[in-house]
Amino acid sequence: MSEPSSKPAFPRKHAAGCPFDPAEDYQGFRENDPVARVSCPAGVDAWLVTRYDDVRTVLGSSALSSSVPPIAHADPQAVFDDPVLPGSILQLDGAEHVRLRRLLTAEFSVKRIQALRPHIQQVIDSHVDAMLESGGPVDLVRALALPIPSLVICELLGVPYAQRDRFEKQSAIMSSVDVDPVIAKQADVEIMGYVRDLVHEKMRDPGDDLTSRLIRRSEESPRPLTVDELVMLVLSLLVAGHETTTNMIALGTTVLLRHPDQVEALRTEPGLLPSAVEELLRYLTIVHFGLFRSVTQDIPLGAETLRAGDWLIAALASGNRDASVFSDADRLDVRRRPAAHLGFGYGAHQCLGQQLARVELQQVFGTLFTRVPTLRLAVPVEELDFKDDSVVYGLHSLPVTW
Amino acid sequence: MHVTIDEDGCVGAGQCALAAPEVFDQRDEDGIVVLLDETPAPHLHEATRAAATLCPALAIHLAE
Repeated sequence: MSEPSSKPAFPRKHAAGCPFDPAEDYQGFRENDPVARVSCPAGVDAWLVTRYDDVRTVLGSSALSSSVPPIAHADPQAVFDDPVLPGSILQLDGAEHVRLRRLLTAEFSVKRIQALRPHIQQVIDSHVDAMLESGGPVDLVRALALPIPSLVICELLGVPYAQRDRFEKQSAIMSSVDVDPVIAKQADVEIMGYVRDLVHEKMRDPGDDLTSRLIRRSEESPRPLTVDELVMLVLSLLVAGHETTTNMIALGTTVLLRHPDQVEALRTEPGLLPSAVEELLRYLTIVHFGLFRSVTQDIPLGAETLRAGDWLIAALASGNRDASVFSDADRLDVRRRPAAHLGFGYGAHQCLGQQLARVELQQVFGTLFTRVPTLRLAVPVEELDFKDDSVVYGLHSLPVTW
Repeated sequence: MHVTIDEDGCVGAGQCALAAPEVFDQRDEDGIVVLLDETPAPHLHEATRAAATLCPALAIHLAE
């Protein structure tokens, strides 16, 4: 493992000068070496799977394990032999994963989330009101992209109002990479403590919220969750509910501002919002490092055979720009006919909160560009601070004015 | 067109219920797929095929 690798490096950076495009290398991999051996920043070699069909094949296969953190390959400090903590839904396989996921799927069903749409709209309206009152320029991340998903997920989970500020602050620290590791660790411990208190409180005094329903559903299940599992599961929802949608709002706004014709189409035809959101998810693929898996049984793939024990990266961003599936794949087109993009992943771990993300993004973009028609960047795009090293791609801040 | 579903394989992502709400729904108690119409009318075929393609668990099978 420690021998110097002569293999090509995993393409970790976005395309030079094109912060919305994946590395140029991906096209070459797709065309010439679609199941390639690459060396990873984590110090291991892995298969890099770059074609759309192959990405779906591997992520849909039961011959892969998710037990290592899904972006470990891109992290030079990655630890591969940490035990999987109880309740870590992202890192469990097979029946253990199903046991946790099935306790939550009712909460994120299409109907359940559609019913939240009017309330989500109210949350968005009040934040846009506050932004307009404050006057530009403002940081759109602080004004909208972070607080809207944060408030929505906190309300869903039943976080008491008085604690929301602390939750927001700690989870913002947790999801950054440019924070002092000591402070990050402290935030980790603190937020874990909050979530543990929340779980205990809902056990004592259940309310009409996701956490209370999860506890009840678990108690009625054949093998109820332990408190540790509940804490980890609720924490996963809290973090996932912030991080991803926040980054999609900030990046999506930026890329739309660079395509005024597409914004105009959305303004005149609001019916395009659902397809526009799918297109932004495809085009931006914020899980930009792809998904890291280990092979548990041999899998033939193209000209190669992936062997049990090998590492594998399913390159979501590359699959989403595969021209054999998406014509003119590098072009953003809000009118593109909906296709099965890989923005939410694929397989048994496909994003649990995707219906919530869709509704939040549809309402945010629909509202923002209608109510603030003169919205524009307050700095040149070259000065924007992209999250090149974060688990989820996005923007640290987004100065806008109108 | 004849539709069958694999409830055990379903991961409750909701893609089918969004793509073809006339054909698929989700159970209130656990979000798992409910087949509303196993022989959808021709005008629903395209949406039903899309749902089968979108399903991340390959839990929708079509015989045409």
